[in-house]
Amino acid sequence: MKREGEFRNPSGCAIAAVISKEGRRFSAEKIIESMIPMHDRSNGLGGGFAGYGIYPKYKDFFAFHLFFDDRHIKKDVEEYLKERYEIVLSEEIPTRKIPEITDEPIIWRYFLNPLKSVLRSAQLDEKEFTARVVMHINTKMNGAYVFSSGKNMGAFKAVGFPEDVGRFYMLDEYAGYSWTSHGRYPTNTPGWWGGSHPFGLLDYSVVHNGEISSYDANRRFIEMFGYKCTLQTDTEVMAYIADFLLRRKGLTPKEMAEVIAAPFWSTIEKKDEAEKARLTYFRTIYSSLLMTGPFSIVVGYTGGLMALNDRLKLRSMVAAEKDDMVYIASEETAIRVMTPEVDKIWSPAGGEPVIVNVKDGV
Amino acid sequence: MIMPINYILPEFEVERSDYRCIRCRVCERQCANGVHRYDADGDIMLSDEFQCVDCQRCVCLCPTHALKIRKNENELRENANWKQNTILEIYKQANTGGVLLSSMGNPEPFPVYWDKILINASQVTNPSIDPLREPMETRVFLGKKPHDIERDVNGNINTELPPQVELQIPVMFSAMSYGSISYNAHQSLATAAEALGICYNTGEGGLHEDFYQYGKNTIVQVASGRFGVYKDYLEAGAAIEIKMGQGAKPGIGGHLPGTKVGADVSKTRMIPEGSDAISPAPHHDIYSIEDLRQLVFSLKEATDYKKPVIVKVAAVHNIAAIASGIARSGADIIAIDGFRGGTGAAPTRIRDNVGIPIELALAAVDKRLRDEGIRQNVSLVVGGSVRSASDVIKAIALGADACYIATSALLALGCHLCRTCQSGKCNWGIATQDPELVKRLNPETGKERLVNLLTAWKHEIKEMMGLMGINSIEALRGNRLMLRGVGLNEKELEILGISHAGE
Repeated sequence: MKREGEFRNPSGCAIAAVISKEGRRFSAEKIIESMIPMHDRSNGLGGGFAGYGIYPKYKDFFAFHLFFDDRHIKKDVEEYLKERYEIVLSEEIPTRKIPEITDEPIIWRYFLNPLKSVLRSAQLDEKEFTARVVMHINTKMNGAYVFSSGKNMGAFKAVGFPEDVGRFYMLDEYAGYSWTSHGRYPTNTPGWWGGSHPFGLLDYSVVHNGEISSYDANRRFIEMFGYKCTLQTDTEVMAYIADFLLRRKGLTPKEMAEVIAAPFWSTIEKKDEAEKARLTYFRTIYSSLLMTGPFSIVVGYTGGLMALNDRLKLRSMVAAEKDDMVYIASEETAIRVMTPEVDKIWSPAGGEPVIVNVKDGV
Repeated sequence: MIMPINYILPEFEVERSDYRCIRCRVCERQCANGVHRYDADGDIMLSDEFQCVDCQRCVCLCPTHALKIRKNENELRENANWKQNTILEIYKQANTGGVLLSSMGNPEPFPVYWDKILINASQVTNPSIDPLREPMETRVFLGKKPHDIERDVNGNINTELPPQVELQIPVMFSAMSYGSISYNAHQSLATAAEALGICYNTGEGGLHEDFYQYGKNTIVQVASGRFGVYKDYLEAGAAIEIKMGQGAKPGIGGHLPGTKVGADVSKTRMIPEGSDAISPAPHHDIYSIEDLRQLVFSLKEATDYKKPVIVKVAAVHNIAAIASGIARSGADIIAIDGFRGGTGAAPTRIRDNVGIPIELALAAVDKRLRDEGIRQNVSLVVGGSVRSASDVIKAIALGADACYIATSALLALGCHLCRTCQSGKCNWGIATQDPELVKRLNPETGKERLVNLLTAWKHEIKEMMGLMGINSIEALRGNRLMLRGVGLNEKELEILGISHAGE
């Protein structure tokens, strides 16, 4: 059987997210629990979480989370990193041995500070440089996989049900101001740890439910810009598109939503002239980034998140507010686990992003 | 000199049911080739089968359905190497010393890759979309797409775009010159393009003054002969196309026999009446890629950078590298014409043996431009030959932005693909300048039939997009995972960039 990444692997899924607008940090306990009532939306072949604000002590350093197949490749990667970064801390990511999660690879994290001399000679800013390092390791260094690479954030994922993955990584012991989570239902293969969600590059992370029918059009476009899609999953291509639009092209999250879930022409025609010109501009220049087919996603980034449905709303997604907290989930039941009482609960319309930014940034 | 060896049997037999025939002589009046003749003495209709081209005009107009045109069943002794047609062509050339001429696209049994590609559909893991109940978008913009976004001090985006051609469906009528086809055929194409929100293409024969009004739905062509090219012409259209080559006859220029150059054609082409309009094989100001760049920018200068420039080339062996050069030449759109593309007149040997299939050329070009990160510099339009809505879907999934159709459009106007356009005696009023024949094509009816054809295709395109779970045509562009090959070898699959069915 082919390894994940060698074939296209669509999946159905469950997603959830929670964020404090005040930037208060809280543990992942609630979001782990929220996945339990959505158990049947996953099939045990992948689960994961992303937390923002979890590494305040190391917030100035890139936090790399890696899977290694064996010690040899780990050594090679460390050599490679040492030539480019000051390794501030290198440690095994703490895990709890539980019967539900087995066959784990070597799971390691590094806090990295790019060497100024290397950046100067590469003529790149530290983010672009780091994005290229991640691409290099993931495409050229067989047996090593960077699954998280942002600052003061981290993704944690495994093969298993999400509630078990949360316990495995002891996420109840971390505190962040924003969490996203994912339970996976791949339709192919025994699943690979790297294939679980969230998927991310730098501080952008994506959890996703759906199967985008535009996948290969999106993939072939984004690969023109130095991204290499190694997993053949929708989520990977979405993470790269988020990085491309938000970081490299400087779009706002709302503008990103207008690209990937662009309004229909019939809607655009009803707008005023300036808005019409703006939306037509996006649909013209980024037409290859329009995503069709069902999806609900949460894109996490430093200081906020964006939840978005495809423009026909072919996947369920519910949002709610309680005090300074905003909750997103595939099903309302997951939100009610996190907060039985809500101030407001609604189903965002297709293509209408829910954007939540933390007060005063972080 | 009559020699038995000069005798080439007629290709077709006219089968007339004497029982049905009422001697109304419609067939006689309708046949510009002079096949039918009434013999009063015997009260009988006679046929000169040597003149018959099997255009089916008489068959379609016979009120009592008394006529059938059949392939002549007389057979030379069978030989797998020396096919009957090969032998007859040798006789013809031995008789005349001439180059064999043909029209329309390559009829030889080369592989048609469209027919070996199958389309995907949604099942279970994602839903198909019902075009009757949900919006389904087929609009495309052709032209260069900027790489970087510019904002003003307030963060507002500068929404100015390089010039684009907007199409309501990703199909255009390909270049057919006034001269090679009739005034009425041009009028049908122009008015249909306007009604459909697409473009037709003047071809290399200039633009008749009556048709300047359809300018926003017109692509004006500049070919090596520069017929009819002047400032107003360049400014009339939605885009300007430089014709470097044509799929039916790569490497040679257009041929319009002087017999087709009447007063009106002469005026439009800006050449003397009755003179042969033979375009030079190359553009004599373009001997290399840097020269092409100069012509592209000359045309842009002449039109104040308001018109996208298309460079049309024939699909030839090195097409990916050629396209890469064009994409860096300042051109906004590349049109590629496959070796099955049609023509009003071409040397048979060239039509049947030069060039490569459009499916392979398209796949190779789209991949090369992406590998080089310059796919955004240009849009890709492909033709030669695109025969149906499913061919369009496959072309777009392979990477095209839009398709050019010409043979399909002529068929809609009544063409029966008899492949003798070069004679100028088109009984359907399409490839002719004879006023008596031209008036057989009613431009109102022509327009309606073209609109019908593409409306039908649009429905089919939407249905197929819907079943793939795609509701906007741009999400299909280059989406090769939606395609699978059947009966193709590994090399063919590799070039097409698709997997085999079952994979």
